[in-house]
Amino acid sequence: MKPLLLSHFTATSCIGQGLKQTLDALQQGRKGLKPCDFETVELNTFIGEVSEVNQVKMTADMSEYNCRNNRLAKLGLQQDGFDEAVKLAAEKYGRNRIGVFIGTSTSGILETEIAFRSRDSVSGALPDDFVYRKTQNTYSVADFTRQYFKLTGPALAVSSACSSSAKVFSVARRMIEAGLIDAAVVGGVDSLCLTTLYGFHSLGLLSTQACRPYNTARDGISIGEAAAFALLEKPSANLQPNDVLLLGIGESSDAYHMSSPHPEGLGARMAMQQALESAGLVPSDIDYINLHGTATPSNDAAEAKAVTAVFGNDTPPCSSSKGATGHTLGAAGAVEAVICGLALQNGFIVGGLNTNEVDPLLKMNYQLKNQPQALSYVMSNSFGFGGTNCSLVFGLAKNGDQV
Amino acid sequence: MNAEPITYLNAYIEGIGLLGPGLSGWSNSQAILNGLQHYQPSKTIIPAPELLPAAERRRASDIVKLTLATSLEAITTAGLQEENLPSVFSFSNGDGLNCHTICEMLASEDRQISPTRFHNSVHNAAAGYWSIATGNMATSSVLCAFDASFGAGLLDALTQVVVDHTRCILMASDTPYPEPMFAKRPIPNNCGIALILAPQASQKSLAQIKVSLTQDPADQFDDVALEALRLAIPAARGLPLLQALAQQKDRRVVLDYLDDLRLAIEVSAC
Repeated sequence: MKPLLLSHFTATSCIGQGLKQTLDALQQGRKGLKPCDFETVELNTFIGEVSEVNQVKMTADMSEYNCRNNRLAKLGLQQDGFDEAVKLAAEKYGRNRIGVFIGTSTSGILETEIAFRSRDSVSGALPDDFVYRKTQNTYSVADFTRQYFKLTGPALAVSSACSSSAKVFSVARRMIEAGLIDAAVVGGVDSLCLTTLYGFHSLGLLSTQACRPYNTARDGISIGEAAAFALLEKPSANLQPNDVLLLGIGESSDAYHMSSPHPEGLGARMAMQQALESAGLVPSDIDYINLHGTATPSNDAAEAKAVTAVFGNDTPPCSSSKGATGHTLGAAGAVEAVICGLALQNGFIVGGLNTNEVDPLLKMNYQLKNQPQALSYVMSNSFGFGGTNCSLVFGLAKNGDQV
Repeated sequence: MNAEPITYLNAYIEGIGLLGPGLSGWSNSQAILNGLQHYQPSKTIIPAPELLPAAERRRASDIVKLTLATSLEAITTAGLQEENLPSVFSFSNGDGLNCHTICEMLASEDRQISPTRFHNSVHNAAAGYWSIATGNMATSSVLCAFDASFGAGLLDALTQVVVDHTRCILMASDTPYPEPMFAKRPIPNNCGIALILAPQASQKSLAQIKVSLTQDPADQFDDVALEALRLAIPAARGLPLLQALAQQKDRRVVLDYLDDLRLAIEVSAC
């Protein structure tokens, strides 16, 4: 593929608002997960909450978009001068030449869950002030983002569970390459809700402690919430050495099971191989893999088989950042793209948190501690329910891939 | 819009699938769409999903069965059963009944939703079942753009065809919510359209389409009932394109997309 520049990016999750806090948390190994005290939920699990979301106010003209997911989106867009960067891009290219492609799995469903508690006792009707289109509907967060910046180009939400905000990079790549747009606001926003907490609980996939990816005794996920965004553009002539480029994308479907990965990780393997091919790289070029690493027994096992099938038994250093952020579901791809960007720019391998004994059966070069190391190319994996897989490859401009 | 040159996305249509109220398959609906037969709306009939094993058939929700049926019609007419087609799914919402049941349970004393209910709640559930049923391991893009979902899906599928020089199948499907959600999102019936798009002309080509963004108003149907259908269900916003395909003549069609953006399509019969 033709490389794309992440000219600006930002992430807000339970480990921090914006890049500085996120980088500090990663470099200090600060944990963001806590015992679940969300809303009326009574489950013995850990969550990654962005508590500042409750203080976010919608402006009057955007009041119908008011829901936890869009408040989280707004909080995320206000970090690191991201909104200013999009406004400048809109001036440069035109508001109609910027696409908005946002990944989410549950959008504003929390609003509906709460509305169902306030149904009219006679008619069963939902409250009058419940606005389906601008809260619950899957497109809501992409619509909100587009309206927030007053952009007028193509827009959509990608909702393929936990691969959603990795796949937005693919949608943007095609739109830019087809010539429909010059730049894209891509990202992922997913917020805590009862559907996912009780849903993953029903599957027996929630850990009772902070999740431990790739641990021998790993026992499930910790659900987190996050908003992460990137402004994607064609690389210009004056790239800086530390600019982060999207170099490769691979996507596949397992065609196997709705909620279990292919046991040999076949779809995941295809996605990683395609991502390498589209970047024009070989496995030994990859310096670090940010794993999907949800910390369920079957997910990590399937991913490990896929990674070793592609990279051999001497895998690149790898880790899952979900021990820090929790699994942010539809936002995970974008959050982990940003973490890859920070790792590249700051030259360190991100150690995985909470894991005290790496599962020897998985044969992975899993990193428990941060390692300072210059990185040229990194890979990020995102896989989801329905057997949807996406791998992304990022690199620094100083590698010279843009020419 | 700025004065930059208009970008056109070219593709060839090789297969079409259609199900909607009073529209029982593409082959049965062409006479209605080109005005030779009176349109009589009636509850959408979804055929049993042949591709699913018996146990799955019973459990499959309308959005799964609808998507399988329209895709099967498109794939069969194009003779592409063996092809590992990249796919685009565009749904303005997921399985409405399942969503309703989950929200009802979560508002009750007993919040123990079932695992099947939960994995069926993801927006890409129908895409997952489709890939399992067809054994298709290619990439799939699962999208939502509220009322603009058909246009968003068509654009994404076209960019795959044009940029990656591959065939791509678009499946746009919508199903109703029960009350009380229905009052907030009144989609009255099941409706789905499937299109197979290809980068080059072949013996399978039914028509060529040349698509660009426009601010022209969307085409409306003269027939009151067809126009009501077009407005009521997001997938049905694609019907003016199917009308042009049924007419088998060269025509420009404008489809609804986002509030401030629409798709102009120059259709040429092959």
